[in-house]
Amino acid sequence: MGLFSTNPVAALGRATLEGVAAIGRVGLFAARGISAALSPPWYPRQIIAQFASVGFLSLPVVGLTAWFTGAALALNIYSGGDRFNAETVLPQIVALGITRELGPVLAALMLAGRVASAMASEIGAMRATEQIDAMVTLSTDPRRYLIAPRLIAATISLPLLTLITDIIGVAGGMQVSNYLIDLSPGIYIANTMDFLTAWDVESGLIKSAVFGFIIGLMGCYHGDSAKGGARGVGRATTSAMVSAAVLILAADYLLTSVFALK
Amino acid sequence: MTTTAKIAWTGISKRFGAQVVLDGLDLAVAPGRSLALLGRSGQGKSVTLKLALGLMKPDAGQVLLDGVDVTRQSEAERRASFRGIGMLFQGGALFDSLPVWENVAFRLINADGVGRAEARERAVEALSLVKLAPEVADRYPSELSGGMQKRAGLARAIVGTPSLLFFDEPTTGLDPITAGAINELIRDRVTSLGCTAVSITHDMASARTIADELAMLDNGRIVWRGRADELDHADHPLVRAFVTGQSME
Repeated sequence: MGLFSTNPVAALGRATLEGVAAIGRVGLFAARGISAALSPPWYPRQIIAQFASVGFLSLPVVGLTAWFTGAALALNIYSGGDRFNAETVLPQIVALGITRELGPVLAALMLAGRVASAMASEIGAMRATEQIDAMVTLSTDPRRYLIAPRLIAATISLPLLTLITDIIGVAGGMQVSNYLIDLSPGIYIANTMDFLTAWDVESGLIKSAVFGFIIGLMGCYHGDSAKGGARGVGRATTSAMVSAAVLILAADYLLTSVFALK
Repeated sequence: MTTTAKIAWTGISKRFGAQVVLDGLDLAVAPGRSLALLGRSGQGKSVTLKLALGLMKPDAGQVLLDGVDVTRQSEAERRASFRGIGMLFQGGALFDSLPVWENVAFRLINADGVGRAEARERAVEALSLVKLAPEVADRYPSELSGGMQKRAGLARAIVGTPSLLFFDEPTTGLDPITAGAINELIRDRVTSLGCTAVSITHDMASARTIADELAMLDNGRIVWRGRADELDHADHPLVRAFVTGQSME
């Protein structure tokens, strides 16, 4: 029987109930995680370790992604834009595309792959080997020791990484422009700075903070819910990455809709 | 005058789906006594310990720690109640990401607010009690053998001088010499320091050494309970099978 019941209405009903229950579980987990993150005791060593893991160690992958994306975007604008003489606004389009959309989203997707999966596998393995149970018996709340530091680090690190992504992405576009249309770096930067508003950057950073929270939440939730030994940990890792990526894209659309009406 | 039990399970029922694991379990351990809980695999011995540690909730019944029902406590209250409890998990359950000394000193640093230097000293001292050299303190759990991990887990359980200790298969996977040392250490905690101990074990030699009393869990209930010196004369068929190591068929 299960989900694939011969009665399609019953199957739909079961799937709906499962979906609602899952949303409830994630919502409750998020509320408890936020409460733990906002109230003492905090574990500074854990928070710093997570900042290093989520933020600092993600710099190379995020930096490379940003440069290639900025450069590819510039190439696309140059080759597609010359049909209507748009190549002259190449710096402006690169800056807008990177700061508002590609910077936050690509940095978040890279982190979903690198960080959400790592969090899920680490916490899942701890669950499977009774380490989380052991923590409870040692009078330490796993939500405060394990979950809160990850949520804090992911939510704060991603906007910082996005700021770096923005700079490197624009630099990628600048190098390509310099090569293709002989636009000097000085003029490229001046055009970019004249065109960009503070809100272009800020809106991207707000998105990043939300994406960071989603990454931390999905990594921790799926890890903490892992069941069934190594196989369960593997499933949790995949689920964390996939659900984080999908939720990032959905949140991106929602936030962009809100910001576009501003 | 009656003494309040250090730990008591009263009318505990627990099921997983259709499977009834504990069916009205009644068991109490007096302060300063050591009880070994025996039983075939899958009879709910680990579940019994997990219920006492608040890691699971019973479907019915109470777990009384010093007379207070811990199943009705909030998480924060339970954490405070558990300050005096030490637990050795079957697989050690050491934290992979921390060196051995930080594992042992985990409660001291994170719950009791002890400084790291003092916590390290006390951790090394606890490691020496379980026959682990000071050099082991800076290694990570993955660099230790299974037996060493178990001993480090035991050091973690005893480091805060708890008044109640739970042991899940304390000597499984250890060589006879180390197992003997661990048995003596557990016995010493009870005799010298007045700790109460509840151990799950299949090792009858260990059970005889560490326990004042033994209880046999079967089909969700205690079916036999007696002193260690009564074990050889018990007439319950399951207890006989455990003592002789023969099949019941």
